Amino acid sequence: MDSGLSPQDKKDLDKFIKFFALKTVQVIVQARLGEKICTRSSSSPTGSDWFNLAIKDIPEVTHEAKKALAGQLPGIGRSMCVEISLKTSEGDSMELETWCLEMNEKCDKDIKVSYTVYNRLSVLLKSLLAITRVTPAYKLSRKQGHDYVILYRIYFGEVQLSGLGEGFQTVRVGVVGTPVGTITLSCAYRINLAFMSNRQFERSAPIMGIIVDHFVDPPCSSQRANMGHPCNYRAPDEEDGYAGVQDSQEVCTTSFSTSPPSQGLHAGKEHGGVVLVPQPPHGADAHLTVEHAANTPGSSGGDDGLTHSGERRRDEGRSVSPSDPVESLNAFTRKIGAFVNKSNTPITAASLDLPFAAFAPRGLDSEENDPMVQPPDSPPCPSPLQASLHSQGSDGSGQQDDFVMVDFRPAFSKDDLLPMDLGTFYREFQNPPQLASLSLHISSQSMADDLDSLPEKLAVYEKNIDEFDAFVDMLQ
Amino acid sequence: MNCRSEVLEVTVEARQVEEAMLALLHTILLHRSSGKFHYKKEGTYSIGTVGTLDIDCDFIDFTFVRVSSEELDRGIRRAVSEFKDALSISGSDGMGQISLEFYQKKKSRWPFSDECIPWEVWSIKVNVVNLANEQERQICREKVGEKLGEKVINVVEVINRHEYLPKMPTQSEVDNVFDTSLKDVQPYLYKITYQITDTLGTSVSTTMRRLIKDTLAL
Repeated sequence: MDSGLSPQDKKDLDKFIKFFALKTVQVIVQARLGEKICTRSSSSPTGSDWFNLAIKDIPEVTHEAKKALAGQLPGIGRSMCVEISLKTSEGDSMELETWCLEMNEKCDKDIKVSYTVYNRLSVLLKSLLAITRVTPAYKLSRKQGHDYVILYRIYFGEVQLSGLGEGFQTVRVGVVGTPVGTITLSCAYRINLAFMSNRQFERSAPIMGIIVDHFVDPPCSSQRANMGHPCNYRAPDEEDGYAGVQDSQEVCTTSFSTSPPSQGLHAGKEHGGVVLVPQPPHGADAHLTVEHAANTPGSSGGDDGLTHSGERRRDEGRSVSPSDPVESLNAFTRKIGAFVNKSNTPITAASLDLPFAAFAPRGLDSEENDPMVQPPDSPPCPSPLQASLHSQGSDGSGQQDDFVMVDFRPAFSKDDLLPMDLGTFYREFQNPPQLASLSLHISSQSMADDLDSLPEKLAVYEKNIDEFDAFVDMLQ
Repeated sequence: MNCRSEVLEVTVEARQVEEAMLALLHTILLHRSSGKFHYKKEGTYSIGTVGTLDIDCDFIDFTFVRVSSEELDRGIRRAVSEFKDALSISGSDGMGQISLEFYQKKKSRWPFSDECIPWEVWSIKVNVVNLANEQERQICREKVGEKLGEKVINVVEVINRHEYLPKMPTQSEVDNVFDTSLKDVQPYLYKITYQITDTLGTSVSTTMRRLIKDTLAL
């Protein structure tokens, strides 16, 4: 019951709380933009610098905050929360922290609204500026960009901290007592970034070209309400006057009185030359609903991503892997020296007790397809490395069609989450692209150039022959 | 009135001393600085606007916020730089303490000079360590960054207790409470002093008190 609060004080207090909430959101979101913030001090007050602090107003953020508040004020049981989350380029998201502006019932009846409460709210905003650079999400937000972005979501009502994982920590920014309740500002932040360390930061760019075509539009253009808004998306720079125009009827108190407190309540209530005009109710015309939606779990998007890329890996493997074991099989069975009489018993793959014996092409058994009798276009090679090179280039043997795809499991590779890493590495390095300088027509071209320039070079060297002689003498 | 006293302690490498001190002193001064007062007709005044600036540290994984005022920054840097030099002269594993004291002036009658009555003192104790290799230095960068974060939280916690602050002065008294010499902001009257302890740490063998802001002289 605020019987002790004059109507003017009540009005002022409501205004202070409203603008404090808006400025709090601005500070938090701006601290997660990923850039350093810089504002100038000004010795002469302007009407729009609430709490005597130069905090820019990003219009979209103000709009979102007003939308969430929907004309109400933070009060007892009605908290305003700003949730900061991280979204990777693959669509996974994770809540990092939740900033809560709450009010409890503990009232401070004797406090002066227009003076003490205002100044303490100003100090609280400064504390918020300092603390937003200290929580772990700050460092993450400074590095956002290609791999992930930071999103914010404003909601009003009950505080939801379940998305922060186990063992989240809380830091209290500060409290300000008012005649209608005590305002508290705090931050609950996640400390368990295990998801991030496994999925994102340890994995460097994949070495083979996994086509990431399941990546949707860059997060900054998706504006799904329950995912939050990107902190680094901004409209083109508006003049400061834009924010001023919106709030032109909400000029902040910039004059204070130094009259002694006992007499100050009446005589001191001057507000200088500032005129306060009743504001039109914000949000009265808009059809807004308070956003209570929980975060959509990012895991569904993540799973799709994984299986998709898994299939792609297998697709790529299909064309490459089977050639290796069978080519090596060929190489093995062909170690019969030249001029040797062909043995009568054809060497069957089965009798050699080789791996993949069941999959060896039957062409090995008959004479027509015997590579030794009818050599393929390119001579068989002893090492699997070169064998696969030729298998790509010349399809002379025509045995590829009988191959059955087998998962290529290289020796010593761990059979865990990413079993294909060693395999993909192996495959990639078995098929290196040709060196440009080794390709025939380029090398011949450069040779021709070299030969052409030779006479000129010789002429130059002959001219400088004295210099060279002097140099040689110097060395001796 | 008792003077409120807070002590913060940090352990840093020699090259981190400057930035660590700047971070903490600027954080405190951010909360203890106001915009410039402009007094109007009797009994009313308006307050200017304080801007802020993010500063990244080079030797510590840390970013702090300071008041956007080059004059104020210069004053703090000068003091911190002297402290750093004194620390390095004293020896490699030095210990020292830098103090930021907010005070009020109380005018006395002639011939007595004005009294300076402190109402809040922040003391930052510094232990300087030497590290052997680059890996340790890298770990130190991160650890000191975390520690400074904790200290900022401590500072904010103390300040938000909203304990004693000098009453807002009238125009004639403003110089007894605030430093009005700066162009763009108006911090409470403050002075920075430091002292170095030798490596034994048991006694203060070299005590150097330098008053960076000397307001005692009439």
